[in-house]
Amino acid sequence: MQIYLPIAELSVNAFLFLGMGAGVGFLSGLFGVGGGFLMTPLLIFAGIPPAVAVATEANQIVASSVSGALAHWRRGNVDIKMGVVLLIGGFIGSTLGVWVFGLLQGLGQIDLVIRLSYVVFLGIIGALMLVESLKAISRQRKPGGRRRKLHQHNWLHGLPFKMRFRRSKLYISALLPFGIGVLVGILAAIMGVGGGFIMVPAMIYLLGMPTAMVVGTSLFQIIFVTANVTFLQAWQNQTVDIFLALLLLTGGVIGAQLGTRAGSKLPGEQLRSMLALIVLGVCARLAYELLSRPDDLFSIGAMVGNG
Amino acid sequence: MRGLGAIFLGSRLALLLVTFLLLGLARPVWAQAVVADLSDHLIAVTTGFVGTKLLMFGAIEGDAADIIIVVRGPADQVVVRRKERLGGIWVNRHKLIFGGVPAFYRLASTRSLDEIASNRILARHGIGLDQIRLINPKAEEGELSEFRAALIRNKQRLGLYPSANGQIALLGNRLFRSDIFFPSNVPTGTYNVTVYLLRGGKVISAQTTPLIVSKIGIGAQAFAFAHRHSALYGVVALAMALFAGWLAGAIFKRA
Repeated sequence: MQIYLPIAELSVNAFLFLGMGAGVGFLSGLFGVGGGFLMTPLLIFAGIPPAVAVATEANQIVASSVSGALAHWRRGNVDIKMGVVLLIGGFIGSTLGVWVFGLLQGLGQIDLVIRLSYVVFLGIIGALMLVESLKAISRQRKPGGRRRKLHQHNWLHGLPFKMRFRRSKLYISALLPFGIGVLVGILAAIMGVGGGFIMVPAMIYLLGMPTAMVVGTSLFQIIFVTANVTFLQAWQNQTVDIFLALLLLTGGVIGAQLGTRAGSKLPGEQLRSMLALIVLGVCARLAYELLSRPDDLFSIGAMVGNG
Repeated sequence: MRGLGAIFLGSRLALLLVTFLLLGLARPVWAQAVVADLSDHLIAVTTGFVGTKLLMFGAIEGDAADIIIVVRGPADQVVVRRKERLGGIWVNRHKLIFGGVPAFYRLASTRSLDEIASNRILARHGIGLDQIRLINPKAEEGELSEFRAALIRNKQRLGLYPSANGQIALLGNRLFRSDIFFPSNVPTGTYNVTVYLLRGGKVISAQTTPLIVSKIGIGAQAFAFAHRHSALYGVVALAMALFAGWLAGAIFKRA
């Protein structure tokens, strides 16, 4: 069934995109990740203009993080105070990001920057995940391995503006979560991701937050930051396609439920190494496109902004 | 609903009115040697649009002649960018901006163009892919032609400048008919379909018929809404996502 996407301005097969939503939704349910970092490159591979892919994916993440955050909220796993500090940083970062996005669009470099950011971040995250999960698998085989130290003190704990976060049982500088928020906000605007894949490890390793609080709090922050991105992208760059978002949403909701159920029956560390391989695969494909000589060195575009 | 219906009807009427006005203006008095019309003057790009086919038909006066039909889309500015290798990766570096680029260009003729007329004549009327009239940017001659060729090549790849010439069927040297195909990504705007009548290598008559390609229905309304009230559109997109997320959470809570 062909459907015309009014903002992307092309006619696509509705079932293909429902399927993509379901597939990525399944993976995100299976692995407990947001899925934005897989969906945006997939949309680009499917021929959606990168600018529309990024903005529309931000819109979809709002929906998927709302249902996730609500579930964590009911279990009391959201540190509101921490979330708000992250959020203030996130608002500043994402507003800056959307502005830079528009600027790069005018310069004709947005596609390049989106692809480059993906190659860099997917490469780093995928490699780290793979190493971590392979280590964990070998640890499982040799029981009695040494335990990681829970909390280390370094220069980060000497920063000013210390604040007490009761729910997370932390007394740290507010600049830390604020800085993480800014970085994640910029990534959300430029890459069309929630940023959970950066924020979750940063909260665990950098802030030392209890793992139970991390996912709920990051989802809380992601709702508001991606909401800000969606609104600003729609307002300033007109790149949010509601029809595309609806297709992805519908598929995503169903896929995520199936994925969550399948996830509880499969072994965790093997799953993680599988996800790492998927991430590295997407990264390699994007890197190949950047490095290989394009079929046509020339491209055309409509006049946008200051040209 | 009634208000919306009235607005919709109103815009349809206005469109029809414009079409008739353009029709009246576009028919020059000397163009009696050829009379032509399109099977439809409006292409509606709806949510299920997969491309369409129109029929151009008409009649010619006098002896045997050649006919060329050119469909030109609305003119626009287009940026052409050239990639260069920079630190191992391919980056957009140099760019030229062309004006007056037709968004769509399709040609049909009774014979191949070089059999019909000389390049000089074709150039004068802007007939043929090599003769499309553009507003060139300031650049060296060699660079300009390279970028110009790239522009046309990219348009062809998008299916907007079909390179294969369409066929025109002539019946008894009097009546002609030709199918014009429009792909699903046909740009919107006001088109001109011009029928040229050539005899002995010279254009002896021409007639231009307007054609409007317009987004119609819910997709069109979404596009207009997104561009005219973009802040409100953002709020609607958000509200939809928040509701969908809440709904999904509520449905699967017990499951």
